[in-house]
Amino acid sequence: MAATRLLSDDARKEIDRELAKYPAEQRRSATMSALRIAQVEHRWLTNELIEEVAEYIGIAPVAVYEVATFYNMFDREPVGRHKITVCTNLPCALSGGADAGKYLQQKLGIGYGETTADGRFTLKEGECMGACGYAPVLLMNNHSMCKHMTPEAIDKKLAELE
Amino acid sequence: MTVYVKGVVFEGVDFDDPNSWKIDAYIKRGGYAALKKILQEGITQDAIIAEMKASALRGRGGAGFPTGLKWSFMPRSFPGQKYLVCNTDEGEPGTFKDLDIIVNNPHALIEGMIIGGFAMGISVGYNYIHGEVFEAYQRFEAALEEARAAGFLGERILGTDFSFQLHGHHGYGAYICGEETALLESLEGKKGQPRFKPPFPASFGLYGKPTTINNTETFASVPYIIREGGQKFLELGKPNNGGTKLFSVSGHVNRPGNYEIPLGTPFSELLEMCGGMRGGKKLKAVIPGGSSAPVLPADIMMQCTMDYDSIAKAGSMLGSGAVIVMDETTCMVKALERLSYFYFEESCGQCTPCREGTGWLYRVVHRIEHGQGRAEDLDLLLSVGANIAGRTICALGDAAVMPVQGMLKHFRAEFEHHIEHKNCVAPGY
Repeated sequence: MAATRLLSDDARKEIDRELAKYPAEQRRSATMSALRIAQVEHRWLTNELIEEVAEYIGIAPVAVYEVATFYNMFDREPVGRHKITVCTNLPCALSGGADAGKYLQQKLGIGYGETTADGRFTLKEGECMGACGYAPVLLMNNHSMCKHMTPEAIDKKLAELE
Repeated sequence: MTVYVKGVVFEGVDFDDPNSWKIDAYIKRGGYAALKKILQEGITQDAIIAEMKASALRGRGGAGFPTGLKWSFMPRSFPGQKYLVCNTDEGEPGTFKDLDIIVNNPHALIEGMIIGGFAMGISVGYNYIHGEVFEAYQRFEAALEEARAAGFLGERILGTDFSFQLHGHHGYGAYICGEETALLESLEGKKGQPRFKPPFPASFGLYGKPTTINNTETFASVPYIIREGGQKFLELGKPNNGGTKLFSVSGHVNRPGNYEIPLGTPFSELLEMCGGMRGGKKLKAVIPGGSSAPVLPADIMMQCTMDYDSIAKAGSMLGSGAVIVMDETTCMVKALERLSYFYFEESCGQCTPCREGTGWLYRVVHRIEHGQGRAEDLDLLLSVGANIAGRTICALGDAAVMPVQGMLKHFRAEFEHHIEHKNCVAPGY
């Protein structure tokens, strides 16, 4: 056991549900889900958290670290309370995606990859989210998609977030 | 917005009813009748595969490979575990159809996978879902629960000896995992880096076991084919291009969205369904099959019908059916710059020609767009492209090159103007 336990019992239960989907000898398949669950709980993935996930699944920490650094929705550095990812790829850009990104930068006073000084928002530029028909599209904290995000809709959304 | 015109995936779905995705509504519109028919009338595996072949259904993920033929490759008599995998890692820029299928009609996909499992003698399946659509993953998981509770999924389905387990697997942001062997690596809990082929997944797939992988829309088309017959499905489209297809239309149209229409529908009609060009502007170009497909100028596109053969003849590909529409204000250099950045960002880094080459392509297009292009740059782009295409493990390298080749074939003058005058011909994106 690690000296300090980072993952809560609820998180461990959730990881168990994911582990049950795969053959008993293929626990590694649940690595992505386990990291997702850990990240939701701790906002970003520290080395200690990665090591605890590895220990819980029963695989080498480097195997988990590899996954955490390969997939771009995993955060390996601190992020704000609300991570906003904006799709600026071509189909979205043709319908205001790039403009939505510029508007957010202006409004929050930060560039892509930066966090506001109060730790409230992190802004990221994302790649295709598979929702081009709903452009401009924002993804909030990786899991909640906001569609048709005009400047007015962005203002409204930001005001709702603490 | 999803618009059902005529077809098989969204037949009977009520997009205004928040409960239309649920199992009761699905059964009411004929859902799970195909599965019942198979299990209760004793339809054989061979008969199902023959029906799939007769339908001329071609894989809806992009490659267009005949589904019935793929199903026949699975070594059914292989004694060990075999796997069925659905590829819902929809990240090809322009494509957003599978998201709408899972949200609006998840049971069509589930029923299609159960039938596929039966036909190929497979007892376990996974659906790999694109990272950015977590809500679709949750919807899929909820639909699985419904199917299990109703006895359509799990042990001894409908009281027969046939058992099939199905699980959702959520990705976390990597375009490359749409490539089937990268997807398998990712399902195994590793970095999504493609495998050498051969061996193909049919002999060495998930956990090294025989595996069949199909796209979401492909599986969702199966219940109709079994219920109504392969011939009827074929006749919805045209020969060698059976059935209807979802087209994800994005860009400069009045009503972007998914349109389910017969294969072979003229592009001009699809454009009309989308309410025409936004702001009444003139059509300049269309990328007809997702960002990897070569762009086609308006005059060629307006002569095309929306099917695999017509678009291929015009020099592009139907791909996943993602139609990116650009009007006269679009700067083609800027458009290509954004796409090239995408492939550079998403290259998995395994093969040198792709890892290094996609960076070259992006940097050269970037400098042209920013007024620093050199006279020799266009030939350089083609030369770099020729050193990527066909020299990598998977198709991402080719996918990065095709947009460059398409743009230079049809819009070379615009790139030359950029290099010479250091400004855009067109004012928009």
